[in-house]
Order: sequence, then C-alpha cells, then structure tokens
Amino acid sequence: MDNILLKISDLHAEVAGKEILKGVSLTIGKGEVHAVMGPNGAGKSTLSAVLTGKPGYKVTSGEIEFMGRNLLEMSAEERAWAGIFLSFQYPIEIPGVSITNFMKAAVNACRKARGEKELTPSEFLRLMKEKMAFVKMKGEFAKREVNVGFSGGEKKRNEIFQMAMLEPVMAILDETDSGLDVDALKIVSDGVNALRSPDRSAIIITHYKKLLEYVVPDMVHILKDGRIVLTGGRELIDRIETGGFEGIE
Amino acid sequence: MAAEEKDILKEFTGQEYKEGFVTQVEQDYIPKGLNEQIIRMISEKKGEPQWLLDFRLDAFGKWQKMRQPDWAHLHLPQIDYQDIIYYAAPKKNSQRPTEIDPALEETFEKLGIPVKERKALAGVVAVDAVFDSVSVATTFRETLSKQGIIFCSFSEAVKDHPDLVRKYLSSVVPSGDNYFAALNSAVFSDGSFCYIPKGVHCPMDLSSYFRINASGTGQFERTLIVAEEGATLSYMEGCTAPMRDENQLHAAVVEIVVGKDADVKYSTVQNWYPGDANGRGGILNLVTKRGICKGEGAHLSWTQVETGSAVTWKYPSTILKGDYSSSEFYSVAVTNNYQQADTGTKMIHLGKGTKSRIVSKGISAGKSENSYRGLVRINPGAEGARNYSQCDSLLIGSQCGAHTFPVIRSSCPDAIVEHEATTSKISEDQLFYCTQRGIAQEEAVGLIVNGYAREVLSRLPMEFAVEAQKLLSVSLEGSVG
Repeated sequence: MDNILLKISDLHAEVAGKEILKGVSLTIGKGEVHAVMGPNGAGKSTLSAVLTGKPGYKVTSGEIEFMGRNLLEMSAEERAWAGIFLSFQYPIEIPGVSITNFMKAAVNACRKARGEKELTPSEFLRLMKEKMAFVKMKGEFAKREVNVGFSGGEKKRNEIFQMAMLEPVMAILDETDSGLDVDALKIVSDGVNALRSPDRSAIIITHYKKLLEYVVPDMVHILKDGRIVLTGGRELIDRIETGGFEGIE
Repeated sequence: MAAEEKDILKEFTGQEYKEGFVTQVEQDYIPKGLNEQIIRMISEKKGEPQWLLDFRLDAFGKWQKMRQPDWAHLHLPQIDYQDIIYYAAPKKNSQRPTEIDPALEETFEKLGIPVKERKALAGVVAVDAVFDSVSVATTFRETLSKQGIIFCSFSEAVKDHPDLVRKYLSSVVPSGDNYFAALNSAVFSDGSFCYIPKGVHCPMDLSSYFRINASGTGQFERTLIVAEEGATLSYMEGCTAPMRDENQLHAAVVEIVVGKDADVKYSTVQNWYPGDANGRGGILNLVTKRGICKGEGAHLSWTQVETGSAVTWKYPSTILKGDYSSSEFYSVAVTNNYQQADTGTKMIHLGKGTKSRIVSKGISAGKSENSYRGLVRINPGAEGARNYSQCDSLLIGSQCGAHTFPVIRSSCPDAIVEHEATTSKISEDQLFYCTQRGIAQEEAVGLIVNGYAREVLSRLPMEFAVEAQKLLSVSLEGSVG
C-alpha cells in the first residue's frame, strides 16, 4: 500500500521497567491528520516519545514502519532527518543559544543529511523572517535564547515556528493546545493547517476538543491504559466531550 | 538511561587534536639538565648583557631554595627538571639568515598564523611567532614603529631597548614570586615585548603565537607589555604543540603594566596538546600572568579560553593600584578525558574606588577535574572598592569533578563584594530537544556549551571568537552521546 506513511503494529513499551504501551496498532496514511485522545496516564506522551526515539523508553515488542523504514532502528536525529517532528509538551530551555543559531544548526543538519546544500546566511534569514511572520513573532524573537524566559504561549508558538521551519513529513503535536488562549490556539492551528498537504501527516495528541475544531482530523483514536480502544471519525470527539473517557473500553 | 549516557560519554572522549603534527627542522639544542652552566649557556647563546645574566642566576638561586607548590587541586606528574632540554631553536639558514625558514613558515600557515605581512582586507593582526625557544618572525614592526609602538621578540628588545626592559622586567612578577616564575626567570629563552607610548591607540591587534615542536624540551617564554598613559591595546595569545606520549613543560610569565587611563585587553586561547583519551602525554601548563593598573583610571581586561593542556595552573591577576582603576577576568576552562585545570584569578584592590569583575565558566567532561580558584583582596585604603564574581560549573557525565575555591579578604568596611556560583549538568532533555530537531549529539553538546560560555566568548576579538567556538566543540568531542 503506497499510501501508508506510518504503521505501528502491536507496540509494547516500558519506562523504568513499567509497561506503559500494551499493544498499540495505528496506521496513518499520507496527508492524514489523526487525533489521539485519552485520559491522563493513558500513554499518549509515551507514544510520542517512542515515535521520536527519546532515550529512556524501551520497546519490548512490536514494530514501527515509517516510509518503508524500520523506525526503531533509527536514532533520534535520523528520525528528524527523515521528517519526523515533535512539538514538545514541555519545550526545553537552552541558555545562551539564540533561536537563530539553534534553527540554523537544525535546518542545515537536516538538509545535509538529506543531501541538500546548506542554506546561505541570507537564504536562511529570509526563511526565518517568513516563518516568524507566520506565527506572529516579532524581530527580536530571533535573538532570544531558546525558550528562556518564554511564557507558556510563546513556548508553544516557538514549537510551531520550528515546525514551519523544518516542514516535517510527520508532525506530532503533544498537547500543544494545553494552556493556550484563543489567539495562540488560532496561531497554532493555522500553522498546522498550513502544513497540510497530500504528502504530510500529523498526529495531534490532546485532551480537549477545542484544537480539533480548528484542525479537523480525518481519524480519532482513543488511547486508554496503553491500548487504542476505539477508532472512528470526528463524531468521537463530541462523544468524549459529553461523556468523557469513562465507559469507553 | 544510564547506558545511553555511557554511550554519549564514550563518543565524546574520542577527540581529535588537529594541531598535533611535528615539523621536521634541524634544531640547535643545548644539553639537557638545569644548572648554572646551562643558564650561562642560554644567556651566551642570546648574547645577553651581564645584568640579565645576573638576573637569571639570582632567580635560579631563589628557585633552588623553593619547593614545587602542591596546594592546587591537581595531581602533577613528577617533573624531573634535570631531564628537560631548556633551549631548542631551529637552525638559521647561513646563506639567508634574515629570512624565515620555509618549513617554519609552512608550520605557522598550517596553524592559521600569518607570519608574512599581507595586505589583508580586514582584521589585520600583527604576530610574534615563537617556535620552541625562539621568536622566528614578528610582523608589522615597521608599520607600528611609525607610531612609536615597539613590538618585537623579547631577545630583540633586550638588544634594542635595554632600558625599557630593565625598567619593567620583573616589576609585576618578581623573579622569586613563585616556583614556576622563578624557573622561568632563570631559563626563559624568548617571548614578546610590546610598548605602546603615551596616548597612542594601537591601530591593530597584536598577538603572540607559541608553538612547541621539539621533543624532550620545555618552553619558557616571557611576555612584557607596557601601555603608557592613555594608550590602548588589544593583545591576543595562542598556542599549540605536537601529540606526544611524554609530558612537556610550559612555564611562562606574562607581565603587563597599564598606565594612567590606559586600556589593555589581553585575550588567550590556550590549545596546548591535552594528552590522549587515556591521559598519556600533554603539556603541563604552569603559568604566571599578572598585570598592574598603575595609574588612575587604568583598565586591564583578561579573557581566556582554556581548552588544552594535560594540567593547567594559571591565575591571570590584576593589582589595582591606581585609584578608580578597573579590571575584568572572563574565563572559560574546558577539561575532558584526564585533563586537570586549576585556574582563576586574583584581584588585588589597593586604590580608591577600584572595580573588578570575575566571570568564570568551567566545563568538565570525561574523568577530568576542573577547579576555579580566586582571590579578591580589598586592602585598607581601597575605599569604595567593588567586586562582582560569578563562577559557574557545567558537568558533562558523572565521572568528572568541578570545584570552586573562592577567597574574599576585605579590610575595607565600605567595599562591596558579591559572589555568585552555580553548578549544572547538560540534561538529557536538552540533548533530546536538539537531536529531535536533527542536530546530532556531538553538535548539540557543542551548541549547548557555546551557549553556556557565550558571555565570555563574546568578549573575544572577532577572529578569535570563531576559533574559540570551534575549539570548545572539538575539545568536548566524545563526551556525551
């Protein structure tokens, strides 16, 4: 099947000896946006960590295939080079490193790995400017230290900015909407929508309905106690909004 | 998680030292060993006046009565002072004695040090290039001399400007100041001399580049800088050495005299061979650097980036004698593998309203030990003196050590002295954040470390800053992963 971008089969994973994912299977086609919803502790963040190769997470069985490659054999940076991007639930501070330097390193590392030429400084600055305007960041933003002294909303916008810069094939948004006001939510969802194309896909991990009103998913999955217990269309969102996760088995 | 960290550490310890090559040149050596006869031999080779020989012999007498200091947080390997060659110089071409040997020229070019004057487009830097025991070239001397600036090798200064040398030599670091300064005073072979007359702003950065090449030798150079009233100068110093299994000794002395309202900025990028991943070989860098802000309103700024050497013992210090004089010490010291550094500064406040600022960033990786040692002394009479110190340590991995030994002695009730210190680790989360964006582990460490040291790196002259940034990343290669 040519249309498959990501295929997770019977994935089991543990953290510090405790099994968190207990057989997750999920297939995402090219151009599709999938929402993963579930109560606290269901394993949503573990799923995003395992997909991106975060150290400390152990896959005990199962497979993940991404664009025909065995994702589990790839390092975190190799996954990034292949086009996987994670919008962090809690973005990390890197003191003394400007957004410009950070993104220059990231963009050029990805380009190099893909056999493309590094951007010239002027090309890079043009790209920065364009994408900053896109997430409504002012000029001084480029000089600020990565996430240092950022408000919650700024941190999330910074994630979307980085996503726009890196133009991933598969974006994973881990609770990017939590703690955002309506304006910031709009910026984030515009960012995600703008990236939608027949070749790009996204997984949106969220508790809430709100973001999914702006970014309308093709499929919705309910993750509970380490398993996907229900998959359906967007009608599931309303069901959860009214009835909660209780009773869905 | 522990396994991951181990991999990281392993990867980061396989560092490369690009400057580790050896130049094949015919050298003129004196026999190894240290005694009065050797000192007379060095002095004779250099055709020195009697007063300088006397100075050397006096220093040697002092040295013989001293003991190697052991108060630093260092395990110094046993140094056999009788097993060192104290003078090694490349032989001059007898046909063309004034020209630099092409092999030496090539060596310095390879190290990125221009020893021939070029009409560069921007950022012209005058260089004094020292190879083992002698200065082999000093550029832009003529250009500088038009403004009365003297920039030459120490040996030439002794010949051409004996009065100046005699006046200032050991005026800041007395020959018996400490064990290694005494040793240097007895056997020093060359170095740089720089004199900026009253009111002159040196039109270009001046620099010294020290290269150790011969095996079995040590390097003992002296730098003497004098900036008269109202003069300004930016001085840079760099150094490298071949990779060898033996330890080689480098015991230098730098003296800086800053006159009234004069401003001297002294920047060092120290990249001596650090030894291999198992701690074999490397330079023992035991150096005394001190400046005096002699006149009112004088200003001396030290910036150092220390990445090399197996052992570093170095405390660039300032005596703030002139009222309202000021000084800064900005330092980044990186240790990896089995490197050891005990470095810091002394700020001695004598004058009224004197100010000093210390910013030290220690970065330790591998099994290294990195110490900050500092003294802030406010003497009686230094009314209204101020000091601010900030000492930060960054640890990479769990097998290295970071230590701070700050001492504050204030005898002045209205002085204000502040000290801040932090210790942190590069977190897994920071590394993952970078790798998730496609920045490979090693590059990520370089990026994080450069960010950490930014406040100091930004003080360096432009051409040095770029070099230093690269060096920080390279020295930490293999330390996280």
